[in-house]
Amino acid sequence: MSTTNNAALDQNGLIAVRRSTHSPIFTLVGALILVVILTAAPWIVPAEIATTLMNFFILVIMATMWNLLAGYAGMISIGQQAFVGLGAYATLYFALKGVNPFVTIPLSALVCAVIAVPVTYLVFRLRGGYFSIATWVIADTAMLIIGTIAVLGGGTGRLMPGLQNLSPSETAHYSYLATWIVALVVVVGTYYLLRSRLGLVLASIRDNEVAARSAGANVRSARRIVFVVAAAGCGAAGAVLAISQPFIQPTNEFNMQWAAEMLFVSMIGGLGTIEGPIIGSIIFFVLQQTLQQQGVWYLIIFGTFAVAIALWQPRGLWGAFRDRFHTELLPVGHWVRETKAE
Amino acid sequence: MIWLNVIIQGVLLGGFYALFACGLSLMFGVLKVINLAHGDMAVVAAYVAVFLTPHLHIPEVWSFLIVVPIFGLIGYVLQRTLIQKSIDRDPFTTLLVTFGLSVVIENLLLEVYTANGQTVNIGALITKSWHPASIIYISYVSLAVLAAAVIVLALLQLFLSYTGTGRLVRAVADDREAAQLSGANYRHIFGIAAAIAFATVAMAGIAFGMMTQFAPTSGGVNLLFAFEAVVIGGIGSLWGTLVGGIALGVAQQFGAHLNPQYQVLAGNLLFLVVLAIRPQGLFGKRTALL
Amino acid sequence: MSDALLDVRGLTVHHGQLCAIDDVSFSLVEGEVLTMIGANGAGKSTLLRTIAGLHQPTSGSIEFHGVDIVKMRPHRRVSLGISLVPEGRRLFSSMTLEENLQVGGYRARKGAFTIDRVYELFDWMPQRRKQHVWQLSGGEQQAVAIGRALVANPKVLLLDELSLGLAPIIVERIYSLVPEVVASGVSVLIVEQDVAQGVTVADRVHCLLEGRTSLTGVPADLTSEQIDHAYFGADLAKVAPHSEVGE
Repeated sequence: MSTTNNAALDQNGLIAVRRSTHSPIFTLVGALILVVILTAAPWIVPAEIATTLMNFFILVIMATMWNLLAGYAGMISIGQQAFVGLGAYATLYFALKGVNPFVTIPLSALVCAVIAVPVTYLVFRLRGGYFSIATWVIADTAMLIIGTIAVLGGGTGRLMPGLQNLSPSETAHYSYLATWIVALVVVVGTYYLLRSRLGLVLASIRDNEVAARSAGANVRSARRIVFVVAAAGCGAAGAVLAISQPFIQPTNEFNMQWAAEMLFVSMIGGLGTIEGPIIGSIIFFVLQQTLQQQGVWYLIIFGTFAVAIALWQPRGLWGAFRDRFHTELLPVGHWVRETKAE
Repeated sequence: MIWLNVIIQGVLLGGFYALFACGLSLMFGVLKVINLAHGDMAVVAAYVAVFLTPHLHIPEVWSFLIVVPIFGLIGYVLQRTLIQKSIDRDPFTTLLVTFGLSVVIENLLLEVYTANGQTVNIGALITKSWHPASIIYISYVSLAVLAAAVIVLALLQLFLSYTGTGRLVRAVADDREAAQLSGANYRHIFGIAAAIAFATVAMAGIAFGMMTQFAPTSGGVNLLFAFEAVVIGGIGSLWGTLVGGIALGVAQQFGAHLNPQYQVLAGNLLFLVVLAIRPQGLFGKRTALL
Repeated sequence: MSDALLDVRGLTVHHGQLCAIDDVSFSLVEGEVLTMIGANGAGKSTLLRTIAGLHQPTSGSIEFHGVDIVKMRPHRRVSLGISLVPEGRRLFSSMTLEENLQVGGYRARKGAFTIDRVYELFDWMPQRRKQHVWQLSGGEQQAVAIGRALVANPKVLLLDELSLGLAPIIVERIYSLVPEVVASGVSVLIVEQDVAQGVTVADRVHCLLEGRTSLTGVPADLTSEQIDHAYFGADLAKVAPHSEVGE
């Protein structure tokens, strides 16, 4: 109990409540250095590494959104690829209308958020596993409907316009930056969202839904907000995906594999922590890069690992680490501990 | 006449969906959890029928005689180990674990057997059909699958209504704790429910392989349809599942008749409409399996 | 100790952080009716549920015929001879009256109680055996719950709050069956908020207050002041009217 920190001590000096157990200065300095490096990355690292980093960011965005849904609001969606796909196709649509693809990213996110609102009124009628599969039906339906629209390329796909007048290196740099900025906005935004009143409501629902309800928390609308935010985030991921891999195809954008990856990554890293999905994504990419000659073995190994984590270490790697060392890089909760007069 | 044929084909298809879904429905009714790897078990059963039973010198048509009991056993063991362990944590974990299993199984099948389509070889039987009127052809295989679905549901009904173990299954579904107080080992009962679910889905998987081509990814799609059948029919109602399956099958055939592209979409839309206007399904009850 | 059928020693049970039962000891001998009384939240139901195996105690032992059964699963305890009639009856709602009894008898020990014997005990049952249990009144449902436990032929019958939600006359009628049950060789442990009713049928009374034993004795030796005191605790007993406890 030697972590000394002069955060809010109560009058009796018996209990201290604070956000973090260590000084936030270290986190802040570290984060700033990281931001500078990652922003400069496309100019200092080889193109393949920049591409890998970009895919990594896309996964981080998706996993952070999935973690918000499942880890904080208790909703297991296996249909988030619906919004990845819709985000990608919204980008394609706006680009066909002549809008600069980079400008469309927030627009696509908005489109997904708007679509998500009526969707919640349908899928929230089901609970637990039935909710999960209902989200999947939504994704399947979205894919099938998009597949019938000829102007968006139908079932065979279409190349996104608007990027061809840039040089290849410009395209690479801009799409890298766009992806990186979206990832940053999503992670930081989620962090602040969880520190807000909504975060408090979500924490109370997670601890005891009935009690939260009777204490006046509007469980349903809290869940609805989270679902819409997650849809917007996945839509933004879809938009940057469309820019980085500009041949848009229903089976690729709406691929179930997105759901599988975001789920595994969150579970392994640790549900209900901001850091978990990021750490899970790092592990995923290391594994994928190492085993890329071996077909889908990386997914088999990763999935098995995720199942084992869910059974034996349900708080994930970061959760286990945090429990042991009482440390957080991005604290959204509060630590309460006794400070016995010594 | 064209429309009559659409309906007939839809009903036949619905029988298959009901066979696929009844295990899902039973398992949800008793365990209150969904096995997201349900569909993949069907596909595994079909692969076992195609690649393993020939080594036993059994014609593929009869492979289900071996595969179905084996899957019942697998279901029991998997339930008593992995799935029970996840249920002991919470239903949330069960979803994560079974989804993880689903992805792992699907990709393992892809690695081992590639993405190529396979069929369960039943010889000339596949082309045989009954031809009662001008354009109506009723495939014997589809008819047999529909019959199998009805027989399986009827047997399940008899089992649940008139046997001691069946009553215990319903008791656990009604009130797990009270059932324990009446001497039921609910874990064993869970195992039995899972065994039945796995056995029936193995049957459905082999039936699927007889009717059409299957691939590692077929499990997911069929789980989706099975789930739609369950919700349309009413969660927790076994016979409702048959009606839901038939409604889904007919909707899909109507869609396909308009444009082959619309087959699955029409089913999904029916599902969403039912969810919007009658979320408890056509035969939905609050509890009960029958 | 050797003559005790059920012997509970130093039992402590927690619900999360909350201590529901705190170091409670008592025993039940063969052919005895023991009533546990106590206010809401005194830990009575928790005690019965722990004996039935639905809660794991933090410490202490539960011996049945001299064998510690603390680690035993609930269904194993039923086949050993411990049956609980749970609070709120908890019948199988999708089943008929008879099916409920059939489930109760599925793992029955050998003994006097069969479904037919239960039908003799409650003579209205045979005509209505095919009815779904939700068609029965509260008192009738309670009778089915008791019947369901009896067909397992328990050595110890645990009755949890039989009077809950029932009219006094119905409660009286149900409790009037207790002597007949005891006569067929069953020992009974009753948990009851309705003190008057619980004490009438009891050979011995055990009072719980906030998870601890506050009084034990034979009903004839206890005054109503003593009981009030044990039921409410020292402070409240002064303001409470005598013996008018329970609803």
